[in-house]
Amino acid sequence: MPLFLNDDQAMLADTARPFIAEQAPVGHMRGLRDAAELTGFSRDLWARFAEMGFTGMLVEEAHGGLGLGQVEAGIVLEEIGRNLTPSPFLSTSVGAVTALKGGAAALTERWLPGIVAGEVVAALAIDEGTHHRPLRTALKAERSGNGFRLTGDKRFVAHGHVADLLIVAARTAGAAGEPNGITLFAVEKDALGLTATPERLADASLASRLAFDGVQVDADAVIGEVDGGWAALSRVLAVVRTGTAAEMGGVSAAALAMTVDYLKSRKQFGVHIGSFQALQHRAAHLYAEMEVTRAAVLKAQQLLDADDPHAERATLVAKAMAGMTTTLAVQEGVQMHGGIGMTDEYDIGLYMKRGRVLAEMFGDADFHADQLARHSGY
Amino acid sequence: MNAPVDAIETFRAETRAWLEANCPPEMRRPLRSEADVVWGGRRAQLSEPQRQWLDRMAARGWTTPDWPSEYGGGGLTPQQAKALRQEMAKLGCRSPLNSFGISMLGPALLTYGTEAQKQEHLPKIVRGEIRWCQGYSEPGAGSDLAGLQTSAEDAGDHFVVNGQKVWTSYADKADWIFCLVRTDKSVKQGGISFVLFDMESPGVSTKPILLISGYSPFCETFFDDVHVPKANLVGELNHGWDVAKYLLGHEREMISGMGLGGGGHKSLPEIALDAIGAEPDGRLDDPGLRARIATFEVRAMAFQAMSERFMDELKARRAHPAQPSMMKYYGTELNKARHELIMAAGGSDALAWDSEASHGGAAARGWLRTKGNSIEGGTSEVQLNIIAKRILELPGA
Ligand SMILES: Cc1cc2nc3c(=O)[nH]c(=O)nc-3n(C[C@H](O)[C@H](O)[C@H](O)COP(=O)(O)OP(=O)(O)OC[C@H]3O[C@@H](n4cnc5c(N)ncnc54)[C@H](O)[C@@H]3O)c2cc1C
Repeated sequence: MPLFLNDDQAMLADTARPFIAEQAPVGHMRGLRDAAELTGFSRDLWARFAEMGFTGMLVEEAHGGLGLGQVEAGIVLEEIGRNLTPSPFLSTSVGAVTALKGGAAALTERWLPGIVAGEVVAALAIDEGTHHRPLRTALKAERSGNGFRLTGDKRFVAHGHVADLLIVAARTAGAAGEPNGITLFAVEKDALGLTATPERLADASLASRLAFDGVQVDADAVIGEVDGGWAALSRVLAVVRTGTAAEMGGVSAAALAMTVDYLKSRKQFGVHIGSFQALQHRAAHLYAEMEVTRAAVLKAQQLLDADDPHAERATLVAKAMAGMTTTLAVQEGVQMHGGIGMTDEYDIGLYMKRGRVLAEMFGDADFHADQLARHSGY
Repeated sequence: MNAPVDAIETFRAETRAWLEANCPPEMRRPLRSEADVVWGGRRAQLSEPQRQWLDRMAARGWTTPDWPSEYGGGGLTPQQAKALRQEMAKLGCRSPLNSFGISMLGPALLTYGTEAQKQEHLPKIVRGEIRWCQGYSEPGAGSDLAGLQTSAEDAGDHFVVNGQKVWTSYADKADWIFCLVRTDKSVKQGGISFVLFDMESPGVSTKPILLISGYSPFCETFFDDVHVPKANLVGELNHGWDVAKYLLGHEREMISGMGLGGGGHKSLPEIALDAIGAEPDGRLDDPGLRARIATFEVRAMAFQAMSERFMDELKARRAHPAQPSMMKYYGTELNKARHELIMAAGGSDALAWDSEASHGGAAARGWLRTKGNSIEGGTSEVQLNIIAKRILELPGA
């Protein structure tokens, strides 16, 4: 399989790009922000995602989805990134769908149709500390009655306050730091004892702190095996990290495009600033980093779709590269715009803020480089 | 969709079996130093396994897998060539033959050469019979290559070439040279022609230059009334700059391969672990170096994916024509970073210059050699200029 989009994928990109650019350009995100809107995304837009089949992209055709893979999901995510579109697509259609696929038939039947129809939004409740450290999952799930009682806190849960479904990593055994003893749960939004406190982040998105105060769930809320959830969680993390990297690809592509346009239009000293070699070289270097990152992300997506044993390593590389490159793209973007880059009116700063949030989400570049080192035995 | 996939898998299986049966065990070990690289040529001194491996691969045209079979190439499709590369990598097979003929001149001849030139030169490149060197740079023409002065005067059925080249890699070991000469002094790029001649021609002399690595891989090359038959002009008179640039694209592609690492005996983390040791939990006992190595490995793996993508796009004719500049820039800067880390990982061991244990100072000399990667084939700054101008289309670049 060549490492570029095949014809069907290119066609999807040709559809997704104008669709998202028309339905939800940066102005859409600004509108939600300026109205201090409290859902965090547009439900109308989400319904249109469903009409396009995007919501159920990864769902098998037998369940009403499109049966596509990470490459295709990445195409949509790149456009989301390019337009800074607030959307629960990553957490719902990529993260939750992947989690549910590893669950019992009852769970998939309960949730997938709603996701495909655009009626269900899901969130991933993984992080507990200020940094993404999934192995340190400590939120307690004790056996109780016919199910479990969940006690503890989660944070940085995008869409957590509006999600109908929460995919929760909890500890049923072992100590924080150990892979064994982690269990994944599918928790419904109005579970008793669950409170979500949304918080606006730098990029104007909403992420929640979740408090689980003895939340009672049935045994059939368990996704996969009790105590054996690490493998399932790893699969979810692999796809959402790769998906985040794809979204970041869109963020940096837009930042570079905007910056190159500016270099070609702004004049100082009687010439276009793009004729200064100091800026040319920085833009060219950024281009190189972005090309290499794009290849790393596509590689991870293809390996995930092929169920290749090297996929996990590739996802670590993809998210680490995306973290470094997007950070570079938005920083260079603001700097090369000069003063106007610092204004709220101009879009480049919005990309800087979104890039920062995505760099942190599901682990930053240092985290992933460290994971890669552990993987390689040093 | 199914038939081609099956066909490629059949090809892959057959190739694997053939490689297993035909690649001598000695040729499946990592290279120890540059001396293990087979360059071919009239004066090549090959070990028995090197000779066997070269001859067997050349007989199938697999030293140049995707060249047309009419010129001795393998005639493979892009997918087959990729499968061959992958299967060779899996078995750890060394490249049977490296040469400027394969990576630079051949592609230029295939595009710009006459039928007679192709028939004459390509099969010898495939079989490693003739070793080529590159006569581009001159003392006054480096990054500004088109400023070259070596002249070729029209003398009826031949040219008379006079002038000097510099940094000519392996000029003292090469059999033939592809050379840029000035055939019109009134215009810059439009006065350059591309010619081929035998380094044994009367009037050619070379003088090796000692490098910081202690080796002398390149030379000053002098031409004193060298006669070059007109049949050896590639492309049209005064249109050599097109050929030269086309060839440079292939040179950059080849040099970018440096970014993939040479596949030495030990990986970078292994070198560091052996030299420094590990903490009880297995982590390298030097957090700063560990973090630097890890970040490097992220970039190296990403570049590996980029190389695969670039090759796939190239073969499908979807790559931007200036993309080799990006590859060359990234790959060479990456290789320099790799060798800085190899030195840091090796510590004082890596400083040894000529002991046997150090394989003749392989680490230190290798490190110094890589500093040339971002200079040869056009400097990093020149590649960035090209990206800015041709890909980003920035003004006045
Ligand atoms: C190991 C090695 C092998 C080589 N092998 C060969 C060979 O086989 N055949 C051959 O013909 N040549 C060969 N070369 C020569 C090589 O192509 C030249 O060294 C190279 O093109 C640079 O030219 P220069 O050395 O004259 O440096 P200069 O052009 O003088 O450059 C000096 C510095 O100025 C910078 N600079 C120059 N112009 C610009 C610009 N426009 N913008 C920004 N910065 C600029 C350069 O990037 C560099 O940093 C080899 C070189 C090396 C190091």
